[in-house]
Amino acid sequence: MGEFAYVAPATVADTVAVLEEHASAGKRAQVLAGGTDLLVQLRGSDNEPRTIVDIKQLDETNRLDIGADEIFIGAAIASAVLYENEELKALLPGLLESSDLIGSTQIQGRCTIGGNLCNSSPAADTTPAIIVDSGVCVIATNSGTRELPAEDFCTGVGTNVLAPGEFLLGLKFPRPGAGTSDAYLRFIPRTEMDIAVVGVAVNVTLDDTGTCTAARVAIGAVAPTPLMVPAAADALIGTQVDDDALAAAGVRCTEASSPISDKRGTAEYRRKVVAVLCRRAGAIARDRAMGVS
Amino acid sequence: MSKVHVQTTINGEAVEYLCEPQQSFLDVLREDLLKQGTKEGCATGDCGACSVLLDGRLVCACLMLGVEAEGRTLTTIEGIASDDGLHPIQQKFLEHAALQCGICTPGFIVATKALLDKNPNPDETTIRYWLAGNLCRCTGYDKIVRAVQAAAEELAQEA
Amino acid sequence: MAEAVDYKYIGTSPVRPDGVDKVTGRAQFAADQNMPNTLYGKILRSPHAHANIKSVDVSKALAMEGVYAAVSGADFPGGARGKVGGEGGGDIGDVARNIMARDKALYHGHAVAAVAATSLTIADAALAMIDVEYETLAPVLDVVAAMAADSPLLDATNFTKNLPETPDKPSNIASVTVLTRGNVDEGFEQADVTVEGEYHIPMAHQGYIEPHACTATVNEEGKATVWCSTQGHFEFRSMTSKILDWKVGDLKFIPAEIGGGFGGKTTVYLEPVAVLLSKLAGRPVKMMMSREEVFRATGPTSGSVCRVKVGAKKDGTITAAKAWLAYEAGAFAGAPIGPGAMAIFAPYVLENFHVEAHDVLVNKPKVAAYRAPGAPQSMHAMEIALDDIAREIGMDPLDLRLKNAASEGTRAPYGPKFPAIGFKECLEAAKAHPNYTAPVPEGAGRGVAAGFWFNIGMQSSAEVRINEDGTVIIMEGNPDIGGSRASMCLMAAETLGVDYERVKAYIGDTESTGFCNVTGGSRTTFATGMAVVQACEDIIAQCKARAAATWGVDEDQVEWEDGQAIPAPGVNADVTPMSLADVMASAHKTGGPLLGRASLNASGAGASFSVNFVDLMVDKETGKVDVLAFTAIQDAGTAIHPAYVEGQMQGGAAQGLGWALNEEYIYDADGVMENAGFLDYRVPVASDLPMIDCQIIEVPNPRHPYGVRGVGETPIVAPLAAAANAVRAATGVRINDLPLSPPNILAAIDSD
Ligand SMILES: Cc1cc2nc3c(=O)[nH]c(=O)nc-3n(C[C@H](O)[C@H](O)[C@H](O)COP(=O)(O)OP(=O)(O)OC[C@H]3O[C@@H](n4cnc5c(N)ncnc54)[C@H](O)[C@@H]3O)c2cc1C
Ligand code: FES
Ligand code: FES
Repeated sequence: MGEFAYVAPATVADTVAVLEEHASAGKRAQVLAGGTDLLVQLRGSDNEPRTIVDIKQLDETNRLDIGADEIFIGAAIASAVLYENEELKALLPGLLESSDLIGSTQIQGRCTIGGNLCNSSPAADTTPAIIVDSGVCVIATNSGTRELPAEDFCTGVGTNVLAPGEFLLGLKFPRPGAGTSDAYLRFIPRTEMDIAVVGVAVNVTLDDTGTCTAARVAIGAVAPTPLMVPAAADALIGTQVDDDALAAAGVRCTEASSPISDKRGTAEYRRKVVAVLCRRAGAIARDRAMGVS
Repeated sequence: MSKVHVQTTINGEAVEYLCEPQQSFLDVLREDLLKQGTKEGCATGDCGACSVLLDGRLVCACLMLGVEAEGRTLTTIEGIASDDGLHPIQQKFLEHAALQCGICTPGFIVATKALLDKNPNPDETTIRYWLAGNLCRCTGYDKIVRAVQAAAEELAQEA
Repeated sequence: MAEAVDYKYIGTSPVRPDGVDKVTGRAQFAADQNMPNTLYGKILRSPHAHANIKSVDVSKALAMEGVYAAVSGADFPGGARGKVGGEGGGDIGDVARNIMARDKALYHGHAVAAVAATSLTIADAALAMIDVEYETLAPVLDVVAAMAADSPLLDATNFTKNLPETPDKPSNIASVTVLTRGNVDEGFEQADVTVEGEYHIPMAHQGYIEPHACTATVNEEGKATVWCSTQGHFEFRSMTSKILDWKVGDLKFIPAEIGGGFGGKTTVYLEPVAVLLSKLAGRPVKMMMSREEVFRATGPTSGSVCRVKVGAKKDGTITAAKAWLAYEAGAFAGAPIGPGAMAIFAPYVLENFHVEAHDVLVNKPKVAAYRAPGAPQSMHAMEIALDDIAREIGMDPLDLRLKNAASEGTRAPYGPKFPAIGFKECLEAAKAHPNYTAPVPEGAGRGVAAGFWFNIGMQSSAEVRINEDGTVIIMEGNPDIGGSRASMCLMAAETLGVDYERVKAYIGDTESTGFCNVTGGSRTTFATGMAVVQACEDIIAQCKARAAATWGVDEDQVEWEDGQAIPAPGVNADVTPMSLADVMASAHKTGGPLLGRASLNASGAGASFSVNFVDLMVDKETGKVDVLAFTAIQDAGTAIHPAYVEGQMQGGAAQGLGWALNEEYIYDADGVMENAGFLDYRVPVASDLPMIDCQIIEVPNPRHPYGVRGVGETPIVAPLAAAANAVRAATGVRINDLPLSPPNILAAIDSD
């Protein structure tokens, strides 16, 4: 058995350096956040040697800022910690719900939304919510940082845009104004401890008359990556987000999905349920945006 | 491969050990430190038998590396009872027949401790969702939930 | 025999004697055994569901630093044949080839080699160095297709057993069981309504939370000591002795605390391998399965196809019933078709029936016992058919069952007449239950079903020893899975008349106590309990004799009351009663320490019946089921420790509901199980279930000193059909197959 190593660099620059060194030497290095995906993978068939690079001790990845215009969530912050932040919960309820849905209480104590995104599973619960909340990935590189809209981050099942030597520092969100809110719903067979069979996130902005002026819809577990569905958003914009508009948006979601049949559900089932969840999540986001709880 | 030296605190005691970088904290606890009250049911985060408190927060020992315990404070099932005897949670699990085979019990007790530390008066739904990451195949959960409710009452009276 | 009596200890629910150790983490389970110098043993498993093994070469693994032993099938003696005792049964030659493949790998995950090394990391690396040459074969995965004449064969030497004529061609059907009475054709002619259906149930796993584990150490004299997680260490010893061709006397088995079994730990997987590795390595060897190995390579219960036809008159009288059952055996013969066939109609008075059941080989793991093995599958079909009949004739489903319910004197489909049984009592209790008289919640559906299990007796031994302070030690040989030590102590306390706190029960190893069959078949409290009671009676007889000698009276002039020997009424009143402590204090003068013994082959296990009903809500847009309420009613005979009886009922209900709703083995086309972990093998979690209301019915078993029936297995039977019937009520759609998973329900609703 070859070398396994563990390092916990003290700074972002050191972290990038370690990752780059490995990359240029053709050696494998992997970032460790909460480890709730990574350790399972290490236990499974993917146990070839590597260096595990912990990012939980960095200041920047532990930073949680709720600014006047912008919110920053560091990539090492565990879901349970996020969920205890009442201000954040009020601002981005859908995102926090999606993060609270990951695994169990135990998993919550460790897992991160950054890890969820970087693991790049099509069924990742937080990714659709990150996308509809206009999340921007803040990526550490050897020349500083670069930024990228979350919807452009995942490139396939388990793959993303991070180049060797890069890692995710955190996620940036525009602070939602009055009349804007989000919701995320997923379908699982049990009440807990399942991976999403289908997930839908909706973010809507309503004006004083209740008319939708902006919307974003994203779907999970129905395509190789979590997917933005602009057509579904268009079906909501200009409407009162009533049942008809929601149903139309649902149909767009079905049309946008290209699911597979697997152990968690059939393609046919997913196509149907994505429409149902779009309707239901849209209604919740609408009610929240109107201040109805 | 070279082992890593780790200094940590487990159940209030300073502990030092050497571990392999990829070894889980659960493996270290069970196979090296011989603290075997923490159980393994899956090693993949699905069953909660390995529940421990990491700086007071409930986590799966199987999804944490041994090296990650460096400088942290951990509580395992062995740290729940005090010199005065069983913790009320343990006592209520006994009185309510909340264990059959008992393999899940340490995990449930640690998870319940975390719950009641945070929320002294949880309702049934809260209890069930909090404990959803702890599998029990023997009891159907009924008596476990009742034991947690009884422990919460007992602790409220003590407080 | 036992009428409803007022007992002092029996019927109370005190804290179990082993409880404190289990809530503090002190209790020693199998994986908690540690000895200096221990090696870790690991198993290499077949990546193919069906393949000829051309060669296995362990030499490169053996050459590695830190590797002390490596074995494959060739290192085991050639397959001994003979029956394995206990529930589940099977052939020992099959068990031998199941724990280590010889010339053929018969399922994905079948063991093909094993190593022992100084660390888990090295052991894993060594497995990767073993060369196995396979010739892959087409996997046989579907039970009905496996029965076809042109199916590929798992075993070219298998000729179906129990056919009227010996077949001339081999087949995947290992055996056929037929059970028949009366004339079904005539019966169906008398029927006003008949229902007929085909019902499919997938394989399901026991899902105990503790993976299999053991440690074996073989000394220079060739004597082995094995600590393991087992439901029956005597049977593990016997299987290991046969599989390795070792003398029974050279094997000592010590049962660790067991983290669940439900039947799945009645057979060996690791133990013979660990003994062999330890013998070769000269060091202790510890083996622990991963959860994935547990799913892939230890016994699930059979998936099944059942075809059932039932006819009834308008008044509800069942006139005839017919069933065709095909159960998956997995890779080796031994599906529970006998019990499946005998149980299907057992709750009902039936003049005309015919059951034909098939034990079918498929390239899946060899099935093992799982709680009431065979009954849930067949009774699911029958209990759905009855629900449909009740609806057709407009009768309450409980009334329909009452109309046909078996009772004392009814001849069971499998032969004997029932003695006192409590099925009618369960049905009456269900009708009167506030959860049943309450209206069904808006939008929900309520489903009813009955359950049954035979329960077994078999062999047990027990010793009772008295300490000098009069405290009592029970030594018996049945691993305690669910609180049985407490029940033993209660029965001993009651019999001896001493406080429960003064009695302790221990589970002896194979050398410290007499033979006991497995903890299984719901037999422990019944049969071993009977041995404990008899051993206590032995103590009482000895005490009476010693008191008589001390007092200078005849033995029949001494009585035993409240834990002491007293003179019978009218006899020499001038003596002090003698307690157990008093007898022990003078033991050096009266014949030495008190030691009571009993060994028996218990007959007269009492059949146990149940009635369950469940309220479910179905989300008609997603197919998701929400369990609102569950009520379990069951005849326990006498509930020795009611809280643990309820625990059995609640745990069985949860397992039954899990199987009904979401649990299943999912295979790909190559025969690889796709969901070998708890994330996707979906056992119920705490938030999936409501409180499970229990009502214990007590119709004492006339064949047990305190009226005990077994209670452990019956609870899993009824929930399958109860859930299916509730989904039918909630949606108007009848779904014959399990699981009632959201995709399956939605597909059924949408195609209706
Ligand atoms: C029992 C169980 C239940 C689960 N349930 C769910 C669920 O319901 N929904 C769901 O979506 N997921 C679920 N998961 C998966 C997992 O918990 C989540 O994906 C989680 O968000 C991962 O976060 P983490 O911090 O633990 O990631 P890690 O395991 O630390 O990392 C995941 C991957 O991302 C990489 N990575 C992590 N952080 C960074 C970074 N900052 N920069 C670059 N790369 C990075 C890692 O190298 C690794 O490849 C479950 C897992 C388990 C064990
Ligand atoms: S052993 Fe850690 S969750 Fe199962
Ligand atoms: S008591 Fe056995 S798993 Fe919970």
